[in-house]
Amino acid sequence: MSIETTQPVQTEAERLSAAPTYDNRTAFADELIRLARTDARIVAVCNDSVGSSNLTAFRDEFPDRLINVGIAEQDMVGVGAGLASSGLIPFVCGASPFLTGRSLEQVKADVAYSQHPVILCGMSPGMAYGELGPTHHSVEDLSWLRALPGLDIVVPADRQQTRQAVQAAVANPRPTFIRVGRHKVPDVSIEGAPLVRGEFQTLRDGNDVTLIATGTLVSRALVAAAELEAAGVSVRVLNASYIAPLDIAAIIGAARETRAIVTAEEANIAGGLGAAVAGVVSQLERGARVPLRILGLTEFAPTGNTDFLLEYFNLTATHLVTAAREALADA
Amino acid sequence: MLTTDPAQVEQWRELRVRVENASSAVERDAELAGSAKRTRRSVVNMISSAGLGHIGGDFSVTDILTTLFDYTLRIDPADPGKAGRDRFILSKGHCAAALYSTLAFSGYFDPAELSTFMAPLSALNGHPNRNKVPGVETNTGPLGHGLPVAVGQAIAAKLAGSGARVFVVMGDGEMQEGSNWEALMSASQYKLDNLVAIVDRNRLQQGARTEETNALDPLDEKLASFGCEVRIADGHDYASLITAFAPSTTGKPVAVIANTIKGKGVSFIEDRVEWHHKVPSAEQVRLALEELA
Repeated sequence: MSIETTQPVQTEAERLSAAPTYDNRTAFADELIRLARTDARIVAVCNDSVGSSNLTAFRDEFPDRLINVGIAEQDMVGVGAGLASSGLIPFVCGASPFLTGRSLEQVKADVAYSQHPVILCGMSPGMAYGELGPTHHSVEDLSWLRALPGLDIVVPADRQQTRQAVQAAVANPRPTFIRVGRHKVPDVSIEGAPLVRGEFQTLRDGNDVTLIATGTLVSRALVAAAELEAAGVSVRVLNASYIAPLDIAAIIGAARETRAIVTAEEANIAGGLGAAVAGVVSQLERGARVPLRILGLTEFAPTGNTDFLLEYFNLTATHLVTAAREALADA
Repeated sequence: MLTTDPAQVEQWRELRVRVENASSAVERDAELAGSAKRTRRSVVNMISSAGLGHIGGDFSVTDILTTLFDYTLRIDPADPGKAGRDRFILSKGHCAAALYSTLAFSGYFDPAELSTFMAPLSALNGHPNRNKVPGVETNTGPLGHGLPVAVGQAIAAKLAGSGARVFVVMGDGEMQEGSNWEALMSASQYKLDNLVAIVDRNRLQQGARTEETNALDPLDEKLASFGCEVRIADGHDYASLITAFAPSTTGKPVAVIANTIKGKGVSFIEDRVEWHHKVPSAEQVRLALEELA
């Protein structure tokens, strides 16, 4: 009788950390093409970003349905609004910092206020462009866009949710921003679980502390939860796949049913997910106003690649564990 | 959301028939001039009762709006969202009083609603909102937004093969916004010969003359170099505007420089920078309505 000793026993956290990772832009482009084959309303609009938005295959298959306006983001979003007002479903794709920053007034007036059902696809958001620096980081997008009524904000955490976000946009077109990640992430959502508008997804249930994470931070929250659980702490993990509409019920549930909350986002904390959660928790009754820790950016990033910068801003599983313990100590 | 006024639509249809079937240009222009005067009187009353508004630009664009709605546009105010309709965007959204009056007299909604202009909770905001006012295709107000949206609508019309045309009016000062030039480049790239970009060239912006602020001339050469078929029109002459709004003959997008007078129609308001958004006194209202009778 032999005993397998070649592999050391892997912890849950190690297993999660070692999972294969994917660029969500691939799933985005594949799903867009698949749906475009049977739905002639789908068009794509871009700002010279055919390659970086992974639209090369879309262009090759539907040359008339890719509208490339060149390096002109204000025009791009306005054109998207005009297409949407004519019954088409435009997926307006551009590097997220420029799509949201340069054309913010178009997003406000032409998309959100006008209620033209444009699908704004912020490619390579957060600090995906690492060493290119703060000009190319999209870490203000959640704050800026949360202030616009009538605009959905979707942050798919993995390939499945990215495909589902594209499907939802086609099934029920409405003004929407989708953060389409470039920094590779593992599959984290429950296989087959639907992406429900305005709902967080519960990835793990627990009653000591709740970790609410979005996008790239979801897999890190799962690793942190596994580490905490191994130490006897019961952890709820919520995947904030929709930032708007906000899942107020899930936040209230976390505040009432667990003793502390930690949020984590690859975005500036001034007005992002954490601020949204704080806005809900602060209005609750005594006892439900649980300790809260908000992890995210607080300044323009220094030079470094994405992984370095996530570490620099305490956006790692280790820091999530520390923040959870601190918050619980306050409870 | 306001709704169609069927009786008013009927009146507008009859006006369109009279304009279309006029036995002479003189007779046709008299019909259009009567319609434009009604719009200008409405603008005076609206701004007077609201105590706010942009009377100078309202008056400079009135004859352009009249020509479009009473002659050129293929639209049905009884069915504002009709597929394949021509589109109109007033990019200079601050001239909402002229637009609302034109839309109401075309039957998109009851003209009685005009008296609520800018009152609390009125559908008639200081800048037009498509979700409240039928006939408004997109919300405008911040300058430089209408033309890119019009480009998107023109591309959509091409993709659909509908033959619909898209008309958009910018103020001349508005052409200082860079987004317009981005949009003209793409209009040219996509050969949008179904697009008509109209510049209300009254030569005044809020604080001064355009040429003393950030000069636009030679505007015709600029527009031509961006790939437009440029037409110069007298913005208060219906025959000139009708010709300028005819389909493109070159396969290029059409840019119309409509030379206008800010405040056109009331002598003491014409071409005076202070009347950008001045509100007339009771006596000035009386005098203005007299001139517009």
